[in-house]
Amino acid sequence: MSVQFSDTKLQEVQKMIARYPEGKQKSALIPILHVAQQEFGGWLSAETMDYVASLLQLDPIEVYEVATFYSMYNLKPVGKYLFEVCQTGPCMLNGSDNIIEYIGQRLNIKAGETSADGLFTLKTVECLGACGYAPMMQLGKHYREHLTKEKVDAIIEECRKNAAANN
Amino acid sequence: MGRKVLLEHAKIEGIRYYDTYRKHGGYTAVEKAFKMAPNDIVEEVKKSGLRGRGGAGFPTGMKWSFLAKPEGVPRYLVCNADESEPGTFKDRYLMEFLPHLLIEGLIVASYALGSNRTYIYIRGEYAWIVDILEQAIDEANANGWLGKNILGSGFDCQIYVQRGAGAYICGEETALIESLEGKRGNPRIKPPFPAVKGLWDCPTVVNNVETLAAVVPILNMGGEEYAKIGIGRSTGTKLISACGNINKPGVYEIDMTISVEEFLYSDEYCGGIANGKKLKACIPGGSSVPILPANLLLKTAKGETRMMTYESLSDGGFATGSMMGSGGFIVLDEDQCVVHHTLTLARFYRHESCGQCSPCREGTGWMEKILKNIEYGKGKTSDIDLLWDIQRKIEGNTICPLGDAAAWPVAAAIRHFRDEFEWHVQNPEESQRRNFGLAHYADPLAVNA
Ligand SMILES: Cc1cc2nc3c(=O)[nH]c(=O)nc-3n(C[C@H](O)[C@H](O)[C@H](O)COP(=O)(O)O)c2cc1C
Ligand code: SF4
Ligand code: FES
Repeated sequence: MSVQFSDTKLQEVQKMIARYPEGKQKSALIPILHVAQQEFGGWLSAETMDYVASLLQLDPIEVYEVATFYSMYNLKPVGKYLFEVCQTGPCMLNGSDNIIEYIGQRLNIKAGETSADGLFTLKTVECLGACGYAPMMQLGKHYREHLTKEKVDAIIEECRKNAAANN
Repeated sequence: MGRKVLLEHAKIEGIRYYDTYRKHGGYTAVEKAFKMAPNDIVEEVKKSGLRGRGGAGFPTGMKWSFLAKPEGVPRYLVCNADESEPGTFKDRYLMEFLPHLLIEGLIVASYALGSNRTYIYIRGEYAWIVDILEQAIDEANANGWLGKNILGSGFDCQIYVQRGAGAYICGEETALIESLEGKRGNPRIKPPFPAVKGLWDCPTVVNNVETLAAVVPILNMGGEEYAKIGIGRSTGTKLISACGNINKPGVYEIDMTISVEEFLYSDEYCGGIANGKKLKACIPGGSSVPILPANLLLKTAKGETRMMTYESLSDGGFATGSMMGSGGFIVLDEDQCVVHHTLTLARFYRHESCGQCSPCREGTGWMEKILKNIEYGKGKTSDIDLLWDIQRKIEGNTICPLGDAAAWPVAAAIRHFRDEFEWHVQNPEESQRRNFGLAHYADPLAVNA
């Protein structure tokens, strides 16, 4: 995959930079890394980070520093569907441990691993601000809340269908 | 029914969109504000007694009046929508359902403080809410509430949404500023305070989402009227996000005149403990504040009814009280294990420590390890004292309050539930099969201050 934003993405990036005063384009780094991660395979390779550095006229190290600090950036490849399941106190009180175990069994992976077919990655995360709707996970842009085993089954099914349809 | 000034219209269909919001009295606070001098708005907020809703409870009007105003230097208002304290999900509710309320509050506050560029820093995971906010901002622009020369006042203002990328520490105001500058979220050493040297070294005010939304009813009804809601220095209403083992988890607006018991058991709010179980413990203000056993939650050590106010929740200090904090109300039923719950919080703080200060970086890791040993039947009695010692050495010895926030939950768990820790150590196998239960329930003498 060649690392280069499309023209529409470049326009989006320019709009992000324009949110800040002259010369403060470094502030756009975190939002632009989100766009880059989404565009270039769901994770940030060194190549991607270097590209973002060149766009913002930063030293590559300034980008690496940031990319390694924030938990939403993936520094190695992930599956097409990333299940980010919350495991903090309030979710634990509502059975998140069982949900994490169940997802692991269903996909035959442990937290931090990707399924053999490359479709799913299971990641445990800390409180996502959905404690009243626990247990929960983030999938893409949205939250899936009040998880049960049945709901997990349905979500996995839904992902498999989407993946098949897109192939 | 308690008085509602923030969520009054939350359930109205279409209130997320401009036309409906406007029809229900939206943007009247902005109209009113532009007929006032900026300083008069600050005075109005002072009169209201509003205290910051982000956790620390600092008086908002006073904070605003500290903002430095050197000639020729821009000033910034930054809205803290990082909301990452476990148990807290109130700002999300406000932004998701009433985005224009926040935008309206931001316009008033920007005018009062002289901020021409105002930023909302939102936690990266709330990705869909970014769209909701940006749509509301577009609508406000299209209707003349933002942009150049708003309402002919000569005042220009634009609001931008900045997404974070997963870091609790970026809720701390100086870490947030660093992050907004495109850096790692390492808190700054204070002073200088943001009011003097904040975003891009310019004077900056950072306020919580709920704080800024509350500016709208304050302007609409007047500071004095607002101050009449509540008890004493706990003026106005507060959003509480309730979760854990209760019948009705969710976000509630309370006026600060009700008791904890009413909040927990009445059907208007939490609706009691789920599955007919008994209350064991509660963390009333987000994961950082001390956990309280049932008896101390409902009544203070003096035997008075505990109220949902800043003062009453902290009555008794850390020995027998807790804090209002961010309003994240976490309830544990009789089947829950305090050691396990505390372990998840210790893991959280270890994960979220930015690593700048050794007591926080190392201490949070040690606390997690020791708690893990105790929880999984490999602990020693001396470990409990060691835990106590570590948390004491973190508290007060770090650059930012995350260190304290990591220490307090561990301290309070040991203070009030030491028996449960000891039981784990003494019964390593049994503690893997069942929980300690309710030994402290309704036992006021179990408190070793
Ligand atoms: C570790 C840490 C995390 C914090 N997280 C948040 C947060 O997510 N949201 C928030 O409004 N304030 C948070 N705060 C408090 C902010 O530093 C700051 O006091 C607050 O945004 C000020 O706004 P207020 O006066 O309106 O409450 C946090 C503080 C610390 C030390
Ligand atoms: S107390 Fe912890 S989070 Fe705060 S600056 Fe120090 S190491 Fe970072
Ligand atoms: S604890 Fe899981 S969302 Fe808050």
